[in-house]
Amino acid sequence: MSGLDNLYREVIMEHYKNPRNKGLVENENYKTFRIKNPSCGDDITIQSFVIDGIIKDCRQEGHGCSISMASASVLTEMMIGKTVEEALEVAENYLNMVSNKQYNETMDLEEAEVFSGVRQFPARVKCASIAWVAFKDTLK
Amino acid sequence: MMTNPWVKDFPQLNSGMCYLDTAATSLKPLSVIETLDHYYHDLSANIHRGMYHAAVETTQLYEETRETIARFIGAETEEIIFTRGTTSGLNMVAFSYGLAHLKPGDEIIVSELEHHSSFLPWQEVAKRTGAVLRFVTLNEEGRITVEAFQETLSEKTKVVALTYVSNVMGFITPLKEIVSLAHDTDAIVVVDAAQAIQHIEIDVSDLDCDFLAFSGHKMLGPTGIGILYGKQNLLQSMEPFEFGGDMNEDVEKGQSTWKTAPQKFEAGTMPIASVLGLKTAVEYLQSIGLKQISEHIEKVHRYAIAQLSQIDEVTIYNKTSETGIISFNLSDVPAHDAITFFAEQDVALRAGQHCAKLICDWLGIHSCLRASVYLYNTYKDVDRLVEAVKQAVKYFKELGF
Repeated sequence: MSGLDNLYREVIMEHYKNPRNKGLVENENYKTFRIKNPSCGDDITIQSFVIDGIIKDCRQEGHGCSISMASASVLTEMMIGKTVEEALEVAENYLNMVSNKQYNETMDLEEAEVFSGVRQFPARVKCASIAWVAFKDTLK
Repeated sequence: MMTNPWVKDFPQLNSGMCYLDTAATSLKPLSVIETLDHYYHDLSANIHRGMYHAAVETTQLYEETRETIARFIGAETEEIIFTRGTTSGLNMVAFSYGLAHLKPGDEIIVSELEHHSSFLPWQEVAKRTGAVLRFVTLNEEGRITVEAFQETLSEKTKVVALTYVSNVMGFITPLKEIVSLAHDTDAIVVVDAAQAIQHIEIDVSDLDCDFLAFSGHKMLGPTGIGILYGKQNLLQSMEPFEFGGDMNEDVEKGQSTWKTAPQKFEAGTMPIASVLGLKTAVEYLQSIGLKQISEHIEKVHRYAIAQLSQIDEVTIYNKTSETGIISFNLSDVPAHDAITFFAEQDVALRAGQHCAKLICDWLGIHSCLRASVYLYNTYKDVDRLVEAVKQAVKYFKELGF
């Protein structure tokens, strides 16, 4: 069961049980993007609030498996305070990491590093990606 | 239980995999694989065109398949159309028959049990024609009943599109009574038989449905091939769905004409190897008999329900199902977390919405696990599933789920 333990790391469980920045706000300055995965039933909405190129707030809401919920939580915590450019670069690198593509291993992915175990589970890549893809779309 | 005599026919099981995902696709017996091999290795010819030996043999096998299928479901040979699968057969009915016949205000009866392939084509056709979708109210178990159907049926009903067996709940729809009622108001009935064909004896002349579609790969056959049955007078009155080679009779600059059904619905080169493989699959099913298959499924299914019911953390959504489909969840464990655990144990299940979101909404769940048993499953497979479920419950509890 070592592979599974690599997937369900402590940090992931901690975020799954205590999700950060959960709940959407009704404010037209927030950009909102929702993604539903019709095959697994994941449904995630991400909001971001940008002033002068800096992400001031990032929110998440939805339901899904532990990996999708935890990755949404980690995402929001990491992105607040970053510039839009930094955020996009980190998100791109993270998405490459979880989908087992070439990625910049020297870049600090902070807590999101724990999702590297997803690479061994190709069927779960979508779970780890959904919130991050939605996040990128809020910055478009 | 005696050793299962059919397991040895399925080479996919040699790896030791515990296969409980037949509702997604069935395994393929060696004889079917050998037929595909024979076509590609020895024939590789197109049909209805060449005069050489291989082409003649291929054409003969292709048309023999049509006869085999016709006899298998009690139809006439000309009523059997080869398609890509259930989805493409149901789309053909919706877009060739439905678009031409439906008018604003006409009603199409469907249900929340429909697979997306039996629902979305009609939702789209309703949008384009101004027809209205009506849903049969499911009973407290989630079944379509004759009484509820009767309440939905009206003089405005023109099309009834229902599943024979739900791919999530496994319930059998009382189609015979429904068809008879629908015909009383001159509505046509389109049956999605994807989850019925592999274990229920279907006689379309007795059932009297107007269209019936199924897939080869859910009945031990190859992927990429399916069947659409249609009553001859309806098929002849319908326009082709695709235009191209082999479906036309005469081609002129200004106007062309089409062959009669079924050929006018088979444009271009069909998946010939898969057609031939489907014949072998049907012969395999007939050699055992669908009655014996359904009795076997019922035994294994009943055992599985009894075992799974003893685990407190398991919620089964269709305990009373009369077919081999079991939909369930583990308490507090999202289906996609659980499915990864089962995959690690080489227990093949499916998790998700099963292309049937409306019934997930009806059940009030986002997703669920589905185990489906078939002729090659044994009590031992059930034991492995039950053991894996127990271990999964423990594993996720310890993680803090």
